[in-house]
Amino acid sequence: MAKLKRVFMYLFLSAAAVISIFPFIWMIVSSTNRSVDVTRGKLLPGAYLFENLQKVFDTVDLVPALLNSAKISLITTALSLLIASLAGYGFEIFRTKVKDRIFSILLLSMMIPFAALMVPLYRMFGSISQTMPFIGIDTISAVILPSVTTAFLIFFFRQSTKMFPKDMLEAGRIDGLSELGVFFRIYMPTMKTTYAAASIITFMSSWNNYLWPLVVLQSPEKRTIPLLISNLGSSYTPDYGVIMTVILIATLPTAIVFFLMQKHFVAGMTGSVK
Amino acid sequence: MNIKSKTNVVSWSFISIAVLMICVFYFYPMVQALILSFKSGTGTNLNFVGIDNYQRLLTDTTFLAALKNTFLYLIIQVPIMIILAMFISVLLNDKNLKLKGFFRTAIFLPAVTSLVAYSVIFKYLFGADGLINTALMNLHLITTPIQWITDPFWAKITIIIAITWRWTGYNMIFYLSALQNIDNSIYEAARIDGASSSRQFFSITVPLLKPIILFTSITSTIGTLQLFDEVMNITKGGPGNATMTLSQYIYNLSFKYTPDFGYAATVSYAIVILIVIFSILQFKLAGDKNG
Repeated sequence: MAKLKRVFMYLFLSAAAVISIFPFIWMIVSSTNRSVDVTRGKLLPGAYLFENLQKVFDTVDLVPALLNSAKISLITTALSLLIASLAGYGFEIFRTKVKDRIFSILLLSMMIPFAALMVPLYRMFGSISQTMPFIGIDTISAVILPSVTTAFLIFFFRQSTKMFPKDMLEAGRIDGLSELGVFFRIYMPTMKTTYAAASIITFMSSWNNYLWPLVVLQSPEKRTIPLLISNLGSSYTPDYGVIMTVILIATLPTAIVFFLMQKHFVAGMTGSVK
Repeated sequence: MNIKSKTNVVSWSFISIAVLMICVFYFYPMVQALILSFKSGTGTNLNFVGIDNYQRLLTDTTFLAALKNTFLYLIIQVPIMIILAMFISVLLNDKNLKLKGFFRTAIFLPAVTSLVAYSVIFKYLFGADGLINTALMNLHLITTPIQWITDPFWAKITIIIAITWRWTGYNMIFYLSALQNIDNSIYEAARIDGASSSRQFFSITVPLLKPIILFTSITSTIGTLQLFDEVMNITKGGPGNATMTLSQYIYNLSFKYTPDFGYAATVSYAIVILIVIFSILQFKLAGDKNG
């Protein structure tokens, strides 16, 4: 009986693992095959990876999209971390009743669905366009600004700050550091792992963001990776080998970040729940 | 006094940027959307129409179809995924399990993929002449290909399979980290008292996991109510409105059809109201089980 249970356990987990991995394997295998082979259901690696890569560089604007995505994700991550950690620190270290109340109001913004913000934000950036076209519709700033501050990240930093040894701050003040000096010279270096976890989740969600860039970016040369893939995917005569190669290249940065920093990633996800 | 008020100013400056940004990019647009929801017209040419938009919701077949689909995903997909995530995490938490790290990473892997990328992959896998149909036909499980994308019933199933694939591992991680915090001696005591493993699961594990169950069901509910990327890239809401979601409908109303921002804002408030109702409901439900 106990043995049967073990067998079932391994079978079930293996099935779950295979189902989870299979689409990745299919993506990798398909990027090495011609489109006709993919449609025939070929599941073995072929010899067409370089041909597909050549076709990608000839027919798809992959490099500009990669650069756009990288630029947006890096700027978003840097700004997000700075704003959210300052706030999380401020709410916890300089705690007052009023600030606690403001904090709970900020948390309410987590319940707001993006679909509800999309239309007013689009109109907002539309009117900004008239006076300041450099941050209006169809600019990188318009993509970055609305997603740069999230209550989730402020909450995350506040939770982590609870564990921070307050004596260290006092020591810094006695040494004559200003409040900002204490934050940048003492808090930031000590909280490296928190920043690492926060940067991974922020980078990934920014890299994969789809709806808002779809709404606000209009010129093809400003397209980000998700917009490019979506566009290729809706083609009526898809070249499967080429599309799978593009998806493979686009997934690599997040996959590498994930495998290098798996622990931080999980810590970032679960840290705020505990 | 002087020093005190100075530190006070400094302390506020730490939180000011964040507060300002959230007000500008969350609360102000929500107020704007509320005002918009009482207006109608095309493009920038909007007039006050009172509660006309809200009345229109009640007879709008696309809205009702989107609402019905969203509820279907909520009632079927969310429980399946949560039970699956919990079940897998309990298996993975077994002390004697070999290859634990491999299983955990593999099952979590879908959670790091881009929604658009996996949607496109699923669209091809589930195509009429896609790999899933080819495999099922070769195994003689079906004789004619299933129209996974173009049949109203199967299209919904495809979306449910896709979301479950993407999010089960994500939710599993929360259960796993909670399980690892449960003191093993509780189970040992139960075993000595002769509690079977299913009894242990329902009397110890489930009650201790309650906060996580609440957290994952609320986040999954909010996620489902906002479902967009998958539907947009797998079925485009079709066939007809068979897989249309509220977010996709708002997108269509604002950017695909002749823009009616006023009515789109009304539909978006429907989502806001649903999120509030569901969150209160789930908190109540969790609270009642406490007693």
